[in-house]
Amino acid sequence: MPREGVLVHRIYERLSKDQMERIHNASMEILTRPGIMCYNKEAADIFSSFGAKVNALPSSGCWQVSIPEALVLGALETTPKVVKLGARSEENSLILDGSEPRVYFASGSETNIWLDMRVESFVSKSDGSVEIKLATFHPRRGMLADLCAAARLGEHLDNLDGFIRPVNIQDEDITEENKDVNKFFACLNNMTKHIMAGLTSLDKLDEVVRMAELIAGGKEELRRNPLISFITCVFKSPLQLVDDTTQKCIEITRRGVPLVISSSPQGGSTAPIKEDGMVAQINAEILGGITLSQLVSPGASVIYGSVPTRAGLDDLADTYGVPEFNNYNIDCVQMARFYGLPCYSTAGVADVKVPGIQATVERLFSQIVIALCGAQYIHYAFGLLDKTATFCPVQAVVDDAHIGMVKSLLRAPKVDEVEVAASLEQIRQVMTTPNKLFVRYIRPKLRSGEVTLPYPFEGDKVTDDVFIRAHERMQELLKRPVEHIPPETSERIFREVPGLLPRLNTYREG
Amino acid sequence: MTDDIIEQIKQNVIQGRMDKEDEGFDGGMVGQPGVKELVQQALDMGTDPRRMVTEGLTEAMSIVGERFEAKDYFIPDMLASAETVGEAMDILAPHLAKSGMATKGKVIMATVKGDLHDIGKNIVSIILKGAGYEVNDMGADVTPERIVAIVTEEKPDFIGLSALLTTTMMAMKETIESLAEAGLRDKVKVIIGGAPTSAEFAAEIGADGYGADAFQAVRVVEELKQRS
Ligand code: B12
Repeated sequence: MPREGVLVHRIYERLSKDQMERIHNASMEILTRPGIMCYNKEAADIFSSFGAKVNALPSSGCWQVSIPEALVLGALETTPKVVKLGARSEENSLILDGSEPRVYFASGSETNIWLDMRVESFVSKSDGSVEIKLATFHPRRGMLADLCAAARLGEHLDNLDGFIRPVNIQDEDITEENKDVNKFFACLNNMTKHIMAGLTSLDKLDEVVRMAELIAGGKEELRRNPLISFITCVFKSPLQLVDDTTQKCIEITRRGVPLVISSSPQGGSTAPIKEDGMVAQINAEILGGITLSQLVSPGASVIYGSVPTRAGLDDLADTYGVPEFNNYNIDCVQMARFYGLPCYSTAGVADVKVPGIQATVERLFSQIVIALCGAQYIHYAFGLLDKTATFCPVQAVVDDAHIGMVKSLLRAPKVDEVEVAASLEQIRQVMTTPNKLFVRYIRPKLRSGEVTLPYPFEGDKVTDDVFIRAHERMQELLKRPVEHIPPETSERIFREVPGLLPRLNTYREG
Repeated sequence: MTDDIIEQIKQNVIQGRMDKEDEGFDGGMVGQPGVKELVQQALDMGTDPRRMVTEGLTEAMSIVGERFEAKDYFIPDMLASAETVGEAMDILAPHLAKSGMATKGKVIMATVKGDLHDIGKNIVSIILKGAGYEVNDMGADVTPERIVAIVTEEKPDFIGLSALLTTTMMAMKETIESLAEAGLRDKVKVIIGGAPTSAEFAAEIGADGYGADAFQAVRVVEELKQRS
């Protein structure tokens, strides 16, 4: 049994069928004219060998590729409509089905800053007897130990369905050479949910895959239960196929490990600010990447990855808290569904650097809306602040509670003959009692989980202590044990996979 | 045998299962006897009603209280349990009287004149009854005259007045004055409650106590009892 996520009963859609067709047609036009600028030789050759028009542009060091619609449509035919993301505990696996709006929430993504929280007391200047406790936030560089802690925490966050490392490991002894194996091992060893990440160095791909095979129990087992997957952002918007990530895309597809093909243009700077233009372009980019993957390896498990943002008006940086962010993302979820593909979508990022009211508004705004659309895999949903530059674990604990509420909100209504008959009986019964209260009927529904529990971080109702309570909760969760990779497997991994730091070894002596 | 049935009463109170129709905590208990049937059965077997109260009902409610404190139980659980105790007390009252065990006291509950809000008052009634008090609930929109009449007739130990409107709060004062005019003020303790009221307001109008919620209502009543 895979994880349940939430199956959205009736999805919210912005675009009409006509509008989706219009976007599709526009994307197809974009792929032929102007086409894409391909900086990867092998990709250009592949496109060319399948009949795309490819012109070398030596002055720019790239190839102009014009991808005909037939090539894209052919690729869409071989692209799997259902992708399984496995997990170390198989009950944590995820089934992303393009035709089913079952929503999973995941973390993300490689922030540099880890935000610690402290509880401090402040005394009023006007009345020395008044003392209040406040949460204060302290940024620092993220480290390997933090990633381990984030994974342990993520294991115990009930509504976190999939894990993308939320922090970049910047320890002195982490190099480009050993980063991939260490970051994957840190995640895999500290949680039993699905692990997804980008790849730092292509030449470490086989070592990471080997590690996953050892955990899964062999090559075939890993295919059956792909407990890791990768993300590649093959395009640099607008429309430039990057050499490095394109090569990663090609190689990962060849290994048969599930792959998110994502694109992240910014409306107003690297894509049109207008909704139609932005969505047509990102859709073209994602389809361009998917087409390449299927030409390399027909039937390869790839996921439609859309991360459109809008340019900030003060700094042209990516912004997530604005309504247009939601518009763009909803449209992308719809376009993925238009092709029958599962969608890796985006929600829950705050533009502000610290938790608080602004962060809460910004993140919930997209978490509710994108879930309502039925995006299969919503990444960035836990703890991200500062436009994805900062990860705050306490914020992730708060997000987990909010996402639980969102999941409850989206459950299907139960209105059928049996339910209505029971309600009629209940009403008739209560009318015969002196107090005319329905209270006793709350209980079974409370126990079955249909009635949601009180807000978990509620204080004395006079002060807002949400972060202080969430911090206590986080500390409690971090004390709980996690199921590590068993000793024999761990030992084999340390023996066979080079570059792992000894301090990650749970079973190390001393 | 006796121990068995008292234990069963206790467990059913903890579960808030009123009678055999009650599906119970997590459904699926329909058909098994609830508190109502068990108490009757126990009486038929000749079980001492005092033991039923102390070892069954009271012990159960203290466990319910602990679970509530631990946030394991919520107010619906508390009310369901209290309701079963209230029902059990109704059945046991005549037998307890015979065996010389009086109820903890008699309380008249009412929402005052002009005010129709009775949800909070009903909850207070259920909880007080569950705590072992005999409660006579007069409903809502109860005039001072009717209160004077019932105090004369039933001689309760307490009157609990509820008001939810700032405009009807003054009817509490009126009620207390009417009791005084009828020479009954020192015969009965008056406690008040309802969202717009407060301990200060209670003092101002000469009430004996104030409770912010149903649990405080029980506490206030117990305190007043000890003082007198
Ligand atoms: C439900 C409700 C109604 C229902 C009442 C249904 C019913 N069966 O009771 C209806 C729709 C009928 C109603 C009508 C009106 N209502 Co109204 N109503 C409410 C509401 C939403 C909830 C009250 C409630 O049941 N709370 C839940 C219970 C559990 O809490 P509680 O009553 O406070 O009781 C607890 C404690 O106070 C305490 N307690 C209560 N009584 C006692 C007694 C003792 C002895 C003790 C110790 C403790 C105690 O213990 C209880 C349990 O914990 C309130 C808003 C609010 N949140 O308070 C408005 C409110 C009370 N209503 C209001 C108004 C204005 C009206 C109307 C005048 C509206 C109109 N224009 O028609 C009418 C008045 C009708 C009338 N003559 O009474 C206003 C009052 C404003 C004011 N300052 O006076 C309120 C505050 C809403 C608002 N903010 O405008 N109302």
